[in-house]
Formats: sequence, C-alpha cells, structure tokens
Amino acid sequence: MKIKSDWWKILGVVLVLFSLFQGLMGRVPVLPILHETIRNIYYHVPMWFAMVILFVFNAVYSIKYLSSGNEHHDNIAVEAANVGLFLGVLGLLTGMLWAKYTWGEAWSNDPKQNSAAIGMLVYLAYFVLRGSLDEAQKRAKISAVYSVFAFPVMIVLLFILPRLTDSLHPGNGGNPGFNKYDMDNQMRMVFYPAVIGWILIGVWVMQIRVRLLEITNQILEN
Amino acid sequence: MAFIKETATLIRKEFLMEWRSKYALNGILIYVFATVFICYLSFKKIDPITWNALFWIILLFTSINAIAKSFMQENRSRYLYYYTIVNPAALILSKIIYNLILMSLIAFICLFFYTVVFNNPIQDFAYYLLAVALGGLSFSSMFTMVSAIASKANNNSTLMAILSFPVIVPLLMLLIKLAKNAMDGIDRASSANEIGVLLLINIIVFAVSLLLFPYIWRD
Repeated sequence: MKIKSDWWKILGVVLVLFSLFQGLMGRVPVLPILHETIRNIYYHVPMWFAMVILFVFNAVYSIKYLSSGNEHHDNIAVEAANVGLFLGVLGLLTGMLWAKYTWGEAWSNDPKQNSAAIGMLVYLAYFVLRGSLDEAQKRAKISAVYSVFAFPVMIVLLFILPRLTDSLHPGNGGNPGFNKYDMDNQMRMVFYPAVIGWILIGVWVMQIRVRLLEITNQILEN
Repeated sequence: MAFIKETATLIRKEFLMEWRSKYALNGILIYVFATVFICYLSFKKIDPITWNALFWIILLFTSINAIAKSFMQENRSRYLYYYTIVNPAALILSKIIYNLILMSLIAFICLFFYTVVFNNPIQDFAYYLLAVALGGLSFSSMFTMVSAIASKANNNSTLMAILSFPVIVPLLMLLIKLAKNAMDGIDRASSANEIGVLLLINIIVFAVSLLLFPYIWRD
C-alpha cells in the first residue's frame, strides 16, 4: 500500500471507525420520540449517500463503456451496482429498525421507503437482464443502455417524488430537515465524517471486487 | 428536414403494416374488452379509489402487451435492410410516435368501455382525459425503449415486464394521483406539480431514448 495513492483508503477506515465509536459513545441531544435512536443517523444516512455515489459510478462507467467498448469500464459499472445494491439493502434494514422504534412500524408506507424499495428493483432488474444474455460484449452493451436509461428515473424516484407528497422522513412534505433542529454542531462533527468515510469504503470495496472479477475472468480464459 | 421526412415515412410504414394485418390493434382491443369485462364480473360494484386504481392497472398491462410487440413483429433480415438506409434516431422516434398514437387510441377506448360497464364517478371529465392522454404518452415513451432493450435479449415477454415495472412505477404513481384529483374534481391548479414532473420525465426519456438507441440497434 502506497501512501501517495492509497491515502483515501486509510482515511475511509479511520473515518468509519471514528463514526462507529462516536456513534455509540458520543454525546447526543435528548429529543422527544427520537431519544437515543438519533445515533442511527450516523449509520443509516451514510448508506444512502454511499449508495447514490456508487449508482452514479454505475451510470458514468456505463456511458464510458458505450463510448469506448472497454471491458474494464463494464466491470466497474457492474461492481458499482453490486456494492450500491448491498449498501441500499443495509440502508433499508437500518431504516426499518429505526422506523420500528420511532414511527411504530418497520414499514409504514412512507413514500421514501417505497421509492427506495423500487429503486432497488431497478438494479435487480439490471442484474436479471445481465443474467439473460450470454455473449459478454452484448451483455455489457445492453445492460449499459438499460442502466443509463433507468438512472434519471431513479433520481426522480429518490429525490423528486418523495418531496411532492407527505413523508414521515425529515425534510419532506413540510417537515423540517434534520439539519435544522435535531442535529447540533457536535453531531455534525460525526455525521459528515461518517458520510465521507462510508463513501470511501464503498468505492474501495468496489475497486477490490473489480480486481477480483478481472482476475477470475483471466483465470477462466486460460 | 431529411430527418423529419425519414421519420414520417417510417411512421407511415408502421401504420400500413398495422392496417394490413390489423393484428396488434384487434388483439389489444379484445384484450381490453375481456379484461374490463372480467373485472366487472368479479367486482360488480366498486368504490371510486379502487375504480381509479383498477383502471390504471388494466391500462398498464394493456400497454405493456401492446408495446412489447413493437420490436418483435419484424424479422431480423428486415432490420438488416433498415440499418443500411435509415437513421437509428428516426427509427426509434417513429416507433415512439406510432406507439403514442396507438396507445392514446386504446386508452380512450378503454376508458369509454370502462365507464360504460362500470359506473362513472369522474367529476372533472376533461381533466381525466388529459391524465389518460399523459398516461398514453408516458407508457409509449417508456415502453418503446424498454421493448427495444428486451428484444435484444432472447426471452422477451418476461424480461419486458421485469425491466419495465421499476421504471414505470414513478410515472404510474404520478398518473394515479393526477387521475384521482381529476376524479374527485379537486381544483385543477393543485395538480400542476404532477403534470410538470410527468412532462419533465417524458422529455428526459425521449432524449435518452434518442441518444441510446443507436448503441443497441445493431447486434
């Protein structure tokens, strides 16, 4: 590991460890309904940030694949979708746990919950599409087209639709955003590092998976 | 100018092909009548919210079935011929416009038959017609590209459904909300947001389809 090129991996590990520790041990404001569950903000929200970044990677590398035809770009797109999907599942699970204690039910028909679940379906369909095509180049090209086609829809689904209706989530349907009232400065000092740390870790996992995939392909070819 | 002429010729070709066989239109019309009638026989009387949801579900499945055919009915060798003479953007645009006209026609017939068979709880009928027209536009723009993608993979009809459901859901949610507002006769200005977002998504889908189709039309 070279410090010059790999410093961001160390930074990611340090930031995530810091946020894990501070999330359990740090001081949080005492708020009605939320109480101690507010600590989940360090674990639940960064998952979505990291997921969206990885799905952006998927769209960008799909476009790059379409213009270059380079197999490496397709591998990055696939693994970005894989890791993004995994982070999305973690985000749903942490969110459902949080919802159970604050809203009363794990699934309370909240528009953001529904949108997130449907957003996951887009990428599950992406993998089904990949599975149905045998030829590697055709698979890469057609799945890249689908992912670029579906990406704007997913953005609408996650960022525009929940804002048009009432939601239990903060920041939607007239509810104040969490930054305004609930988080004090001390929490922000943990929250932002957690977001950056999880994004870096997600990208690192993606990079490792891409290498693994390419080595596997090389072995299979020989 | 050449692009518009090319598109117009291709649309004309689609209509001619349809007119000669009348296969798609008749098949879809029978599908609509049968579905609505089966729903009538099993529901008899329904409350307005279910009325609206059921109408859109029927329309959704009808349009998936209608549009899934758009890239299957012509054989491979004819596509090879198209490759040599037309612009890919003109080809996809002609398919979208043809599907739009077909879908609007089918949607209005479906609405007419549906209101005849069931009761008619719509209070603002003109606005509901607008919602149905927007539905036809959204379904045709979205499903045409998805059917192009699905036609490249072998097991067509299942894949068509799997690929199109996640991408149509946001549009369908907006459409059902808009239609429900029209059905309840709520002030028209209150649904302006939904119409704006629907048009915006459709413009994006149009643009993305025109940009992406050249990459998949050849194998």
